[in-house]
Amino acid sequence: MLKDHPLVLPELLTEATNSASALKKFLHGLSQVDKVGADARAAMLATRSIKTSAKLEGIDLAITMIDLTTLEGSDTRGKVKTLCAKARRPDPLDPTVPSTAAVCVYGDLVPFAKLELADSDIKVAAVATAFPSGRASKEVRVQDVREAVANGADEIDMVIDRGAFLEGRYLEVYDDIQRVKAASGTAHLKVILETGELKTYDNVKRASWLAMLAGADFIKTSTGKISPAATLPVTLVMLQCIRDFHKATLRKIGMKPAGGIKTTKDAMKYLVLVKETLGDAWLTPTLFRLGASSLLNDLLMQRQRMKSGHYSGPDYVSID
Amino acid sequence: MVFQYAPAPESTKIVKIDSSYGLFINGKFVKSKDGSQYKTINPATEEVLSEITLAGKKDVDLAVKAARSAYQKWSKLPGSVRGKYLYRIARILQERSREFAVLETINNGKPIRESRDVDMPLVAAHFFHYAGWADKLEHAGLGPKPQSLGVAAQIIPWNFPMLMLSWKIAPALAAGNTVVLKPAETTPLTALLFAEVCQQADLPPGVVNIITGAGETGAALVNHPNIDKVAFTGSTEVGRLIASSVAGTKKKVTLELGGKAANIVFDDAALDQAVEGIVNGIFFNQGHVCCAGSRLLVQESIKDEFLDLLYERVQTLRLGDPLDKNTDVGAINSAAQLAKIQELTQSGEQEGADRWSLKCDLPEKGFWFAPTVFTNVTQAHRIAREEIFGPVLSVLTFRTPQEAIEKANNTPFGLSAGIWTEKGSRILEVANNLRAGVVWANTFNKFDPTSPFGGYKESGYGREGGRVGLAAYLKSENKK
Repeated sequence: MLKDHPLVLPELLTEATNSASALKKFLHGLSQVDKVGADARAAMLATRSIKTSAKLEGIDLAITMIDLTTLEGSDTRGKVKTLCAKARRPDPLDPTVPSTAAVCVYGDLVPFAKLELADSDIKVAAVATAFPSGRASKEVRVQDVREAVANGADEIDMVIDRGAFLEGRYLEVYDDIQRVKAASGTAHLKVILETGELKTYDNVKRASWLAMLAGADFIKTSTGKISPAATLPVTLVMLQCIRDFHKATLRKIGMKPAGGIKTTKDAMKYLVLVKETLGDAWLTPTLFRLGASSLLNDLLMQRQRMKSGHYSGPDYVSID
Repeated sequence: MVFQYAPAPESTKIVKIDSSYGLFINGKFVKSKDGSQYKTINPATEEVLSEITLAGKKDVDLAVKAARSAYQKWSKLPGSVRGKYLYRIARILQERSREFAVLETINNGKPIRESRDVDMPLVAAHFFHYAGWADKLEHAGLGPKPQSLGVAAQIIPWNFPMLMLSWKIAPALAAGNTVVLKPAETTPLTALLFAEVCQQADLPPGVVNIITGAGETGAALVNHPNIDKVAFTGSTEVGRLIASSVAGTKKKVTLELGGKAANIVFDDAALDQAVEGIVNGIFFNQGHVCCAGSRLLVQESIKDEFLDLLYERVQTLRLGDPLDKNTDVGAINSAAQLAKIQELTQSGEQEGADRWSLKCDLPEKGFWFAPTVFTNVTQAHRIAREEIFGPVLSVLTFRTPQEAIEKANNTPFGLSAGIWTEKGSRILEVANNLRAGVVWANTFNKFDPTSPFGGYKESGYGREGGRVGLAAYLKSENKK
């Protein structure tokens, strides 16, 4: 960074949230995003060639950034237990593989996850606020958060009210995030924008700013329940918002693309995006996470191949 | 934990470079009659790659004779048959595109990412496009039975060796002409490899002749009495010489010359994408682009914010080994071009503009210039008026759309321009008032074989590409 030349003054940011009209004016006044250009930039960065030592570094880094996730109606204690074991020691054959950053489960399963991960640094993240649709009353949504926190969740992954956002009721979304933030206490708050429902990059940009202004620690693309989930250009746009917000406030917000990231190649592209948009400072699990499940096994297979020189195959990683 | 890009060099095993090359005349590589030899190098390493022939007058004469005699048959072939040859060439170029991309990068210094992802796909696309035209010439807008011109003398520059070759050869052949093409002195290798493709495609001997050499060879070709058409892409200086030497002859001429394009950023632009566009506009191909967006005109109300974003973005450019797949900025093509860039940037500093350059290590060998941005540039500075043809951006400001248009047009050139605004009506209004052959809106340096390309004023005349590009190689039946 050359000069600290804030795009917007912090006082202006507080003013922006004083009223519904001020907030709308502020969000609509953000410079727009040209889809063709954003897509082209993401596509160009996707051509970066990550080989040899870079790939090995990238694989281990990606593993430490994974929020290993299970969010199914069929989730059981047993499922959570195996997931936690996997997070702790992803490759049973190789103790040098680092642990993942967190496991991500529904709120009611948090106690079991906490128990399994008791003596580790692995965080437990809970989805809350009537995940994934968010279609519940404010009170119910906040209560959902309180319970997850009471159960011991270290991180809360909330969803925004997309209906309110698309209707332009931004201040309501803002207030909602603030209430959730208050209910989260010391737990880190990740705000899911569900970009697959917001559709336009302008909406993604406005929702990113809205979430950051309201106190998000992380902004997150998707629930994983809607297609498309995370995409490279959407992530790029959100990373650029994080960069601008940092310039304006000196606050570092984290980023979490989630859903649809399945291969090592995909993961490397996301790391490239972060590196070339926010710089190496953001290449840490405290500021970047990958919401994924099947990705981990692909990273492990690639890691095994690079260490041994040959492909092992899916029977050499654990299916959880 | 760290995440540093490891070197990712493209293998050069795929290319085979001979120790010396003759001239490609009448379907065969032949030794020169009266020429000499010179060395061609890799500008990124200064390593000698091969000995190239500097064709003499006799060689030029032989090449023109071969083209003339091939013309008799070629021009009378049914268009569908000429199209068949062009389709065949296009497919071979696609099949061998990796080989061409690597060779282009070795001889030119441009990043492999560009030769692989931009140059070669466009080269094949041009051949495919004009292959399709070969049997549809009556729809070119030149009357029911347009006629070919004869032998075309084609002289191309070093910045896009294969792309410029395709822009020249594809329409000429589709229209029924035969050609003698001279690649640039510093970048002959891919044109010579293209000669091999012509053999592989069984193109009749003499339809394409490739003679290598420098300015004198070009002059001999242009002044040859038995050619019908001159197509030149290069500097305005040489373009002037060509125009005066063919004046008063029957030769038709198209010239695609220099540029000093303005990229105009309004305060309602999509800023991050505009920054990308400015960066691609001037640092793509090291700024060795005639239509490069070498002047940034930014609205004063967003100047500081925009320049901060721009500097940050430029700081992420990766300069170095052009063969590395992660390189963004490669080598300057020649020592002479580097000297020219250095001379003009020094004048920029002397005239009082503020210089900012990318902080990066320049390789010891080869020709390199760090991407540079000048601010506080005025319309009167040389760096705002002369074509630098290097990775150097001059930043000027404006207050109103009217002022932007006036400043953008206030140049002897008129090849291209860019407009960055989210307001559609403003795009249309500004574009209509810009005197530039190509105006890009919210994008830059986008090329397509269907889209004509060419300039106003000192940027030359005639258009290449698309249907309009056929007019450079055809005449109406009644205009004998």
